[in-house]
Amino acid sequence: MKNSSLLIRTLIIVAVTLIGVYLVFGPRGSVEASDFSWDGIKNNLSENINLGLDLKGGSHLVMRVKTDDYLKTITENNREAALTAAKEAQLPVGDASSVAEINDYQVTLNVTDASKTQEIIEAVKKKIDFSSWTENAGDNAITWSLPVAAQKVVKDQAVTQAERIIESRINAFGVKEPTLQRHGATDSGQILLQMPGVDDPERVKKLIGSESRLELMKVDESVQEFTTKESALQSFGGTVPPNRKVFPVNERDDSAENNNDPNKQPSRWLVLESPAIIDGSEMRDASAFSETGGDSDYKITFSLKPAGAQKFGEWTGKNIGKSMAVVLNDEVKSVASIRGQIFDSGEITGRFSKGTAEDLALTLKSGSLPAKIEYQEERTVGPSLGADSIRAGVTASLAGLIFIVVFMLIYYRGAGVNAIIALVLNLLLTVAGLIVLDSTLTLPGIAGLILGIGMAVDSNVLIFERMREELRAGKSVAKAVEQGFDRAFITIIDTHITTILSSVILYMYGSGPIRGFAVTLILGLLINLFSAVFVSRTIFMWLLERNPNMKKLSI
Amino acid sequence: MESFLYLTLHSPLSTLHSPKLMFEFFTNIKVDWMGYRKPLIALSVLILLAGLISAIGRQAVEGGTDAFNLGVDFQGGTVITAKFKNQKPSEDEIRAALQTVGVNESVIQASTDKTDEVLIKVPLLGNVEGTQTIINDANQAADNTNSQISGNSNNQTPAETQATGQNNQVDAGRALVKRSLDTFGKEAEGTLSLGDDPNAAYKIVGTDAVGPVAGAQLRNQAVIATLLGMIGILLFIAFRYDWTYAAGAVIAVFHDVLVTLAFFSVFQWEVSLTVLAALLTLVGFSVNDSIVIFDRIRENLTLHRNRSLYDLTNESINQTMSRTIITGGLVFLSVLALVLFGGEVLRGFSLALFVGVITGTYSTIAIASPIAIWWQDKLGAAKVKQAEVQRTEKLASASRRSVSRRPIAR
Repeated sequence: MKNSSLLIRTLIIVAVTLIGVYLVFGPRGSVEASDFSWDGIKNNLSENINLGLDLKGGSHLVMRVKTDDYLKTITENNREAALTAAKEAQLPVGDASSVAEINDYQVTLNVTDASKTQEIIEAVKKKIDFSSWTENAGDNAITWSLPVAAQKVVKDQAVTQAERIIESRINAFGVKEPTLQRHGATDSGQILLQMPGVDDPERVKKLIGSESRLELMKVDESVQEFTTKESALQSFGGTVPPNRKVFPVNERDDSAENNNDPNKQPSRWLVLESPAIIDGSEMRDASAFSETGGDSDYKITFSLKPAGAQKFGEWTGKNIGKSMAVVLNDEVKSVASIRGQIFDSGEITGRFSKGTAEDLALTLKSGSLPAKIEYQEERTVGPSLGADSIRAGVTASLAGLIFIVVFMLIYYRGAGVNAIIALVLNLLLTVAGLIVLDSTLTLPGIAGLILGIGMAVDSNVLIFERMREELRAGKSVAKAVEQGFDRAFITIIDTHITTILSSVILYMYGSGPIRGFAVTLILGLLINLFSAVFVSRTIFMWLLERNPNMKKLSI
Repeated sequence: MESFLYLTLHSPLSTLHSPKLMFEFFTNIKVDWMGYRKPLIALSVLILLAGLISAIGRQAVEGGTDAFNLGVDFQGGTVITAKFKNQKPSEDEIRAALQTVGVNESVIQASTDKTDEVLIKVPLLGNVEGTQTIINDANQAADNTNSQISGNSNNQTPAETQATGQNNQVDAGRALVKRSLDTFGKEAEGTLSLGDDPNAAYKIVGTDAVGPVAGAQLRNQAVIATLLGMIGILLFIAFRYDWTYAAGAVIAVFHDVLVTLAFFSVFQWEVSLTVLAALLTLVGFSVNDSIVIFDRIRENLTLHRNRSLYDLTNESINQTMSRTIITGGLVFLSVLALVLFGGEVLRGFSLALFVGVITGTYSTIAIASPIAIWWQDKLGAAKVKQAEVQRTEKLASASRRSVSRRPIAR
């Protein structure tokens, strides 16, 4: 009976150990002879363990999509569109107003003839999707307001859209194995981007955040070009009418020139007709190339989606001989007169540098972000700094471990061997557990590993001290082993549950680095119940099996 | 107190063939720990007072430092780790260079374990007077050049670096530090390492930048997680033992956290996220220690029903003293290894644990046990003891293996 239970225990231990060894040191995929060499094992080890960015180097960025801005834009666009729709239907409307503050987004349309209210509502709703807005029709005004729940949905959509766009931008940029995910609370609007191996994220950051709003607009040829913004404004009597825009001309993308004097004002201003003929959302493809081969002579060609091409073709057909401006981020990049009907392609000449042109083409292709993003957190670790951290962490752990091993052997002699087997097994299985969970090992994770080892030592000490007490009380070796484990087990369970409990809470409410710590600690503790209690006891059982009448124990 | 170390050459019961040596510390000690509770508690109060005076005093003094030296994790800001190739500029030189770009408040810290590296910490730039204009300039430049992204590494000028600043503070810190460091020579570009770029004088090998929102978020998260963790522990101990023990353990844990924080305030060690991890670790450690002793008290209560709780507590502490010293000592030495070899990144963590391990062990004896006893006395010792005995019997029988209740001969 006892024999068979010992056998089962031994088999479990051997099986678990082998699985652990395979997970940590074994190859993924087919086994080769080189997998058994020292280098092969080291290679497999580094492939199996997923190191965090703080250890292998890389960049960790937390950004927030300015979702409030997004809602504000939507509200204002809807206001304009509603007014236009009602006016186009020749219905009696006055002016429109909107409120766009945190948690309060409203569009109000003033009605001059109360009897036409329903007609106005119908006309507006034909053009604008107000389905998630609550409608409130009074005698003189119709108000649409966005409920808080719907705001959350819209914000969430904006973040999802931003996430998708950022993903396509970083993929096109060629970042290897990036992780992109939501971060923080559900409505925080935060996105976490991790880029292993990237130690200078400035260009990527710029690329992600760049807006690249492209618009093709008709030049208002009834007025001439202005040299200052003020003179352009004056021609309108101070304020620009809603159907006109005043933008500076900045053909040459020569950053150094601008930077030397950030306050320098552009010297050419154009009046353009608003809204734009088409904008960047109609873009299908864009690429950068240089005609002359010169490095600062790049331009961007683009092609349009079918719907946009149709619209563009119609418009250019009607406006042959007129001037059209290519506007990028509220700056006129080039002005061209239309020689013939153009359908689906065009180009932006701006004498861009190669890098600028390529990044620009890329952002045009990926579409524009729904709202601006801001960076909230950046952590970048160069590969050498990460390697130093590993070395320091491993050195410290090894120093601690070696000391513990020596002490346990001297103090507990034979039983110390049990403790060491338990410790090594704990370490092995915790790392194996991390691999199974596909969790990354970070610096705080190493700290968790060390604490787990500390708890493993504590379990062994508790058991051994208890056994010594029982031996001192005159009990037989078999009895002392049994009672030592039984009594200590209650304490061990209590200490472990308390720590696991607080670690679980840490995991649930903590952020990145704290989580790494919590995961390794929880794993270490769970495994400890196996390695320090089950395995260690099996070793004692095995000793007693060989010598049932053992008179003394090496402890 | 009597001598603690009994290195007994203990020959086991059957002194037959080869009498073996058995190292033991602290086997037969009979210390009246509870009798020392007043001076011990006084010591704790003293340390906590020192911490309080340091925390309040520092804030009250005009132009003084804050109560805690909060890292960028919690108050926002930027830490740059720069590695220099040849001559590392002195701290004063770097500080002067930072002042020329408008950063007046900076902490320059030489790395303790690597001589060619330096840590530069700048606060959130919006909070520093005089730098606001520079940030504005940087933003304006960024706006003016809209999509200026320099992929061409040969002509990067300080002005362009300024332009790479996005419209927020997280980027401004790095950009400004880089601009000031460029006065010492240029940075190794892109993916080139310092050794590969012959013209480079330095390279930024690490950046930690936390904006104001993220900082507040991390701080709140940390406090909430810690408090919830403690509530969890409180409930669990109350469930397994008794409210009086739970209160004792949790007050002891609070004490440990506060004592550790007192050290951090007095010595102005930096409080970062890793320090938080260490505080949570020591919460676990301290509760462990309390539980080991509580467990023994509970067991002794079933064995010796007619002895006073005071005596039993002393005896339980004495009985588990060898475990306390060995575990505490081993953990302490592992932490010492961390302090010595763990490097700059783990420094805060190591220091917090270093203090925490000591107070964690101490507080079980000096804080947790006296509180549990005191409260039980208040409740009426006899009645509570009765209830306690019933409760432990229930627990013992519920435990998976039966436990012998024969008194242990001492």
